[in-house]
Amino acid sequence: MTRGSRKSWQYFGLGLAWFYFLLWPLLGIHDGELHFRESLLVWLRVAVVTTICFALYRLGKRGALDPVLHPAGRARDAVAAALSRAPRWMFWLPLGALALAYPMLTNRYAQDVAINVLVYICLGLGLNIVVGLCGLLDLGYIAFYGVGAYTYALLSVHYSLPFWVSLPICAIFAAVAGCIIGYPTLRMRGDYLAIVTLGFGEIVRIVLNNWMALTGGPNGILGIKSPGVYIPHLTDGTFSFEYLAVRKLEYLYYIILALAVFTVIAVYRINFSRIGRAFEAIREDETAAELMGVNTFRFKLLAYALGAVFGGLAGAFFAARMRFVSPESFTFIESAMVLAMVVLGGMGSIPGVILGALALVALPEMFRGFELYRMLAFGGAMAVMMVVRPAGFWPAARLGKRSDDTE
Amino acid sequence: MREGETADNEVSPSPYRMFERPGARDVLPRKSAEGMDYLIQQIINGLTLGGVYALVALGYTMVYGIISLINFAHGEIFAAGGYLGVILLSYMASQGLMDAHPWFGLAFALILAMGYCAMLAMAVEKVAYKPLRNSSRLSVLLSALGMSIFLQNGLMLTQGVYDKAYPTEFTHGGFEWVGVRVSYMQIGILTVTALLLILLNVLVYKTRIGKAMRATAQDKIMSALVGIHSDKVISATFAIGAALAAAAGIMVGLYYGSVRYDMGFVPGIKAFAAAVLGGIGNITGAMIGGLIIGMVEILAAAYIPHGGEYKDVFAFIILILVLYFMPTGIMGENVNDTRV
Repeated sequence: MTRGSRKSWQYFGLGLAWFYFLLWPLLGIHDGELHFRESLLVWLRVAVVTTICFALYRLGKRGALDPVLHPAGRARDAVAAALSRAPRWMFWLPLGALALAYPMLTNRYAQDVAINVLVYICLGLGLNIVVGLCGLLDLGYIAFYGVGAYTYALLSVHYSLPFWVSLPICAIFAAVAGCIIGYPTLRMRGDYLAIVTLGFGEIVRIVLNNWMALTGGPNGILGIKSPGVYIPHLTDGTFSFEYLAVRKLEYLYYIILALAVFTVIAVYRINFSRIGRAFEAIREDETAAELMGVNTFRFKLLAYALGAVFGGLAGAFFAARMRFVSPESFTFIESAMVLAMVVLGGMGSIPGVILGALALVALPEMFRGFELYRMLAFGGAMAVMMVVRPAGFWPAARLGKRSDDTE
Repeated sequence: MREGETADNEVSPSPYRMFERPGARDVLPRKSAEGMDYLIQQIINGLTLGGVYALVALGYTMVYGIISLINFAHGEIFAAGGYLGVILLSYMASQGLMDAHPWFGLAFALILAMGYCAMLAMAVEKVAYKPLRNSSRLSVLLSALGMSIFLQNGLMLTQGVYDKAYPTEFTHGGFEWVGVRVSYMQIGILTVTALLLILLNVLVYKTRIGKAMRATAQDKIMSALVGIHSDKVISATFAIGAALAAAAGIMVGLYYGSVRYDMGFVPGIKAFAAAVLGGIGNITGAMIGGLIIGMVEILAAAYIPHGGEYKDVFAFIILILVLYFMPTGIMGENVNDTRV
């Protein structure tokens, strides 16, 4: 054991002791007595897991795991190379077929989860434009989701507009909301922007909660129509359209699938367009981008509005699917969830965001027993991810090289 | 659209019900909205709330001044302080200690909670912020956000989802003086706040560690060159800010009679607004900003129609206006380009 490793083990032990000291008062003092059992049990579990992780980390650092890791790494590279030679459609075709056949293969519960995942993919990709491409940290993104949902709810309840007509109106309303919020905030940079967008998100929620006459306050809005389709009807010679309200989960699944595919394609096209390049230039260095002739203020506003549009579309679908909206669905914790998807998946990367949405929505469904620990794990994962792998699970492929890249 | 429905806000208006509890009426009597005594009453309430905001804002402003980070976890540290208070006070009350020496018990709980939160903040700093000292500011900010969610849910898992009631038998009472009702709790809060603020000023401007903190805030590299251990100074800054937040958490718990796991979120943002209003990085500014935000909130709730429902909005609006029109705050801290 070298001196360095002994020192790091000493720090590790100190950290564990520190952790117990912080844990005990919360678990150990209740009902007028001092308890040690439960806090020790929790601490023991955490200690075992972290000790194993730390031991592996130390071994990896000393090179003891190289005989295992090197062949594994080479195998992974070989597989990746073989896959990259295969044509694109070989991945898209089975994936598309699976997505289309999904409702026929699964039960109600699984469809419900899939719809949730797709809604969050739309939201994540929308936020990805703002955070991932343009580098503006937005902590109030869920406000646009709320604007979209309430717009459709009000249009449907008061004017009984059909879903498909309302969808673009929701997108426009969300974009306008994005511009209204964006205009005063975009002159700020970095972390100030984060806290101000957080404030705006809260303002939207508080207004929804208190404007009784318009939004029904905490009671929400009931009786929203589900999306309908017009089916051409050809019986005894006359041609007419029959209106069919989509209530069945599998049809709703197809609607949100179409919306998600639309979002993916739109974000992809934006990403590799002139606008996308301008966004990335702003993210990398705002001053340099301005000097190169990018109108940073206009493009930042555009990023905000575009992100808001996808949030609004997802919100309209959410209202149509639930047939009920209330301010409780648009709290800060939802914003943080969407942000966690973008960050964990990989900022600026479309497959990364999809992966993030899958991981954060579908994975907790598999561990139903640990439902309570979900947000704890999110928070911890977010902090750990920033330390260990700041670019996310599936980092965005960079088009060019940055001047401060060391390699 | 639904005329028949009335504003039954008492049911469950929001998940962040801090400062909106029905029980708060015991200490904040409702009076007709006119007359001088009503105004004075509101000013006293505003001072009490503002003192609490000032204590929390100091943690934000000191941390921002030294490593330019919005410490999102600070609001949760404030909540942890409130919980430690309820845990310790309940324990002491069950042992009969609080009946014999109530003031000693309160002081003891206050000091222990401050120490605990200082240790908690140092642990958070070591785990989540120190490894990221040299990476981009976005990743530190996201790490702070993750820590905030982590701590909030840690509190929820260990302490439960519901409000936890403080033992308040020993804090009841107050006096009425020319139509203005002042509770002993309010006087206690104002006294402790003033005491802590004076202590902090002494610490920052009269001691070695305070000098080191100011030097590190000015120039980290230069202060390291003259032999200041910047990691230790940053740790100390986190610890001091957390201790002040813990004191605020206990006093809020005693004042409103209960604590809740997510009570740190909204006051946290308001306290940050206070720090920005005063000029971020400026200690005196944070104190003044906290008092202004508390005062504005109470007066707006009292005098603007429907102000009570929208009182959380005012702090955010102040924050946005300040950042837009005078990003350096009222005390005019020297803010360079990267900060704003």
